Amino acid sequence: MSAPTASAPPVAATGGAGPAPARPRRRMAGWFILPATALLLVFFCYPLAFVIWRSFTDPSAGLGNYTALLHDGVSTTVLVRTLVTGLIVSACTLVIAYPYAYTMTRVGPRGRNLMTVVVLLPFWTSMMARNFAWYMLEQRGGLIDDAFSAVGIHGVVLLGSVPGVAVAMVQVMLPFMVLPLYSGMEGIDKRLLDAATSLGAPRWRAFARVYLPLSLPGVLSGFTLVFILTLGFYVTPALLGSPQESLVAQLIATQVSKLLDFGGAGALGTVLLAVTLLALFVVSRFANLSSTTEKAVTND
Amino acid sequence: MSHSDTSTSTGPGIRIAGVSKVYHGTSRPAVDDVSLDIADGEFITFLGPSGSGKTTMLSMLAGFVSVSGGTIEIDGRDVSRQKPHRRNLGVVFQQYALFPHMSVAKNVAFPLQQRRMPKAQIAAKVAETLKLVHLEDYADRLPSMLSGGQQQRVALARAVVYQPRALLMDEPLGALDRRLRDQLQREIARMHRELGMTFIFVTHDQHEALTLSDRIAVFNDGKVEQVGTPSELYERPGTLFVAQFLGESTCFRGTVDATAGLLRCEGFAARAPRLDAGLDGTGGVAIVRPERLELHPGAGDVPSGHNQASATVTEIVYVGNHHQVGLRFGDGTTGSAMRVAGRSLPAVPGEEVTVSWDPEHQSIVPAPGGASASPSVLEAAGA
Amino acid sequence: MTEQASTAAAAGRPGLRAGRDGGVGWGLRSVVALTGLVLIAPTAVVIPMSFSAGDTFQFPPEDWSLRWYQAFFSSEKWMRSLLTSVQIGLLVAVTATVLGVAAAFGLNRAGFRGRGAIRSLMMAPLIVPGIVVAVAIYGVFLRWQLNGTAIGFVTAHTVMALPFVVTVMTTSLAGYDRTLDTAAASLGATQVTTFFRITVPLIAPGVLSGFVFAFVMSLDEVVVALFLQTPDIQTLPVQMYNSITLEIDPTIAAASSLMVTATTLVLLVPQFVRRKRSTP
Repeated sequence: MSAPTASAPPVAATGGAGPAPARPRRRMAGWFILPATALLLVFFCYPLAFVIWRSFTDPSAGLGNYTALLHDGVSTTVLVRTLVTGLIVSACTLVIAYPYAYTMTRVGPRGRNLMTVVVLLPFWTSMMARNFAWYMLEQRGGLIDDAFSAVGIHGVVLLGSVPGVAVAMVQVMLPFMVLPLYSGMEGIDKRLLDAATSLGAPRWRAFARVYLPLSLPGVLSGFTLVFILTLGFYVTPALLGSPQESLVAQLIATQVSKLLDFGGAGALGTVLLAVTLLALFVVSRFANLSSTTEKAVTND
Repeated sequence: MSHSDTSTSTGPGIRIAGVSKVYHGTSRPAVDDVSLDIADGEFITFLGPSGSGKTTMLSMLAGFVSVSGGTIEIDGRDVSRQKPHRRNLGVVFQQYALFPHMSVAKNVAFPLQQRRMPKAQIAAKVAETLKLVHLEDYADRLPSMLSGGQQQRVALARAVVYQPRALLMDEPLGALDRRLRDQLQREIARMHRELGMTFIFVTHDQHEALTLSDRIAVFNDGKVEQVGTPSELYERPGTLFVAQFLGESTCFRGTVDATAGLLRCEGFAARAPRLDAGLDGTGGVAIVRPERLELHPGAGDVPSGHNQASATVTEIVYVGNHHQVGLRFGDGTTGSAMRVAGRSLPAVPGEEVTVSWDPEHQSIVPAPGGASASPSVLEAAGA
Repeated sequence: MTEQASTAAAAGRPGLRAGRDGGVGWGLRSVVALTGLVLIAPTAVVIPMSFSAGDTFQFPPEDWSLRWYQAFFSSEKWMRSLLTSVQIGLLVAVTATVLGVAAAFGLNRAGFRGRGAIRSLMMAPLIVPGIVVAVAIYGVFLRWQLNGTAIGFVTAHTVMALPFVVTVMTTSLAGYDRTLDTAAASLGATQVTTFFRITVPLIAPGVLSGFVFAFVMSLDEVVVALFLQTPDIQTLPVQMYNSITLEIDPTIAAASSLMVTATTLVLLVPQFVRRKRSTP
C-alpha cells in the first residue's frame, strides 16, 4: 500500500528527470492524468469535503457535533480505545514482522521468493475469508479455546472482545509491516555488520548499533502504515468485536446506518482523518513513506 | 580550438559548423562553437573527460538533442532540424539498448522492417550481418540470455545492418570488463576495415582512442581542444590539457624567450626550436613524454644539443616490460621516465640523476591562463 | 566462446560477500517459520471447514460432506452475488486500468508543476481511513441516488483501485529504459511505431498486473459495498458478511474456500507467467 507524504519527498520530485539529456517535455502527456484526476475529485474529494462540511453544519451550524463528541461519554472512550488498540497492534506486528523481514534479506533468492509469496498471499486473499477464519478460531469451542483448555485454562473466548479484534488485526496487518520493513532493509549493505564485527563489536552490539538504526526508516513507515490502517478498519471489529467495546469505525457506521446522524459521524470521521494526517506528517519528516511502500506493493 | 583542415569541400562527409548546445535552464554551453569536418570512411573519435560535451555532440549528430546554434551537414545537406529516424545514421549505445522482448534476429531485423524491405531480403541481410559479428548461432536468443560483449555485438549488427551513412558509438565498451573490451576493440576495427563506413566513436579512454582512430578530436569544456591523428596528438600536443589527458608527460613550466629560442625554467633553460614569436614573454610549458627522457648517473655525459636538468629519483616501479622512474626536479616539477627492462638502472631512489632529452621531442604549449609560471622565473627571464 | 567464459569468471568475483550461511541461525529460522505459519494458517482453516457436514460453525467439523458447496452453487442468492461481484470487478478493472495507465503515463512523461500533489491525490484513497471513505461516498451517493446501482459500485471501487494501478504502472514505467525509444528512432522508427512495437509490449505485464490488482481489490471490498448494498444488489463479500452476522450460514465456508483458491490462482498466474518469460 502506498502513502502520500505531506510534503513531496525530494526523491520523487526529481525522479522524473533522468540522465538522458534529450527528453522533450511533452505537453500532451499532461492531459493523460485528467480523467483519473476528475474521477477522484468528484467521487473522492468532494464526498470527503462534504462529510467534513456536514460535521460543522448538520443539524445546525457550529461546533455542536464536536462538543457533543467530547461530552457524550462514549465517543472519547471509543476514540482512546481505538488509538490504544492501534498502537498495540502496530507494536505487536512490528515485533513479529522484524525478524521475518530481516531474514528475507539474508536468505538466497529462492528462499526470498518463498517468503515473499507467503507474505503476499494473505495480503491479497479475501478479507472476508480471513475474518471468517478468525471468527471460527476465536469462538467458544474454537481452536484457540480448545488449545487453552487442553493446558487447563478454560473459557478463553476471544470472540467479542478487544483482544480478539487485536489478535486478528495483527495477522491481517502483518503483510503491511513486512513489506515496508523489507524494502527498507534491502537497501542496507549487509557487509556493514561484518565490518562492525571485524572492528571488534560483538554480533549483537553490531546489530544494535549499526543495523537497527539503519532500519529505522522502514520501521517508521511500517508502523505508521499499520497504525493508520487500523484506525479506519471496520470489518474486523464489526465481526469479531462487540458493540459494548466498539472501536471508532463501528461507532461511525452505527451513527450513519442506524441513526443517519451524518453530522456526528462526520465529526468522528474528521477527527480520524486529522489523526491520520498528523501521523503521516510526523513520519514524513523522518522517512520516505511513499517510496518504501510503493516498492512494497509492487514487490520489487 | 584548432581547425585542422580549412578546406571548404561540400562533397561527401559530415560537416559540423559552429555547433553549440545550451541546455534548457543552464547558462554554460555543453557544446561551445564546435566545427569539424569528418571525411567519408574515416574513423574519428571524440575523446574527453565526462562533461566535456563529447556525448552531447554525438547526440546532436544523431538528432536526439537539438542544436542551439550552427549547422550539421551530411553530404552537403543541412540535417540540423531533421528527426533522428530520418537521418539514416546508426547508433550504438553504452548500455546496448537492445529491445528486451525481441530475439537477436528480430532486433537486427527491426531497422530493415522500418525501411520496408521485403521479408526474404531481411532474413538474408540479418543472417549476413550476424555472421559479421560472429553471432550467427544466437539468432533466436533473447538479449537477456547473452553476455555483455555479445549484447554489444548485437547492437553493432543492428546499427550497421541497414548500411547507415555513418555509425555513431557512445562509449560502447564502457560497460565491459578489460579483456572483452580489448577483444571488441579489435572487432570494431575489423568492421571498420570491412565496411568502409564512417565511424564516430565517443570515449573517455585514451587507449581506445589511440588504438582505434584515424583521427581524434579532444573535447574539453564543450570545446574541441585539438584534432589530429593519434601520433600527432601524442607527439605534438597543442595544449597542456591534451598532453595530460593523452598519455603521461613531464611538464616544465617557464617563460618563453622567443628571441633566444628558449623556455626559461627555474634552474635551467630548455632549447626550443620553432618558437612562436607571439608567445614571447608569456608563460609556456615544455612537455616531454617519459620514453623521451634519458637518465644519466651523476653529472653524466649528455649528448650535445639536448636539453638537460637534474632531478632526484623518487621511486622506481617495475611494470613488467619497463621500469617507471619517478623524478623530482629542482623547481619541484615531478615527472617520470621510462627505462626498458633489461637495461641497467642509473640510480636508486634518493640519488641525483641528470635528465636529458632531444628538443625535437618536446612540445611547447601556452601555460593555462597565459600567465607566467612564477615571479622568480619572470625576474630571471627579464634579466 | 571464450567471451562467455570470461563473463562467468567476472560474475564469480563480486568481492567480499556477507556470510550468508552464518546469517540465519536455527533460532531465527524457527521464529520465521512460526511467523509464516501465522500468516498462512489461519486462513487455511476455512478449507476444512467448507467440507463440514454440520449446520454450525463448529470447528474442527465432526463429519465431512460437500453440502455447503452444493448449497453455494444451488443458491440463487449466493450465485447472484457472485455474478454481481464478478461483473462489477471486471468493469472496475477495465475503468481503473484505463484511467490509471493514462495517469501514470502523464505523471511519468509530462513535466508540470504540481506533479507531487497529483501523485498524492492518486494515492489518497489508500490512506484515508476506510470507514471515512465509505461513509463519505455513502452520504453523497444517497443524494445522487447511486446507492444500490452498478454505476455507484463501479465508480466507488474504481476510486479505491486507482492507487494500485497507478503504483504498479509508475513502477513499470520507471523501469522502462527510455534509451530504447531513442534507439528505435535512430533505427528509423517513427514515434507511433516505437510506441506500438517497443513501448506497448514492454509495459504490457504492468498493465496486466494493474488489471488483476484492480479486479481482486473490487472482488474483495466489503466496507463501501456494505453501505451501498440494497436487497437487490449485493456483492459476494457483503453476502458473506451477512451470512456471519445475520444468518449463521456455513455456506460462507464454501464461498471463502472458493475465494481463497481463486485469488491465490489469479495472483500466482501472472507471477508464474513472468517467471516463465524471464527464464529460458
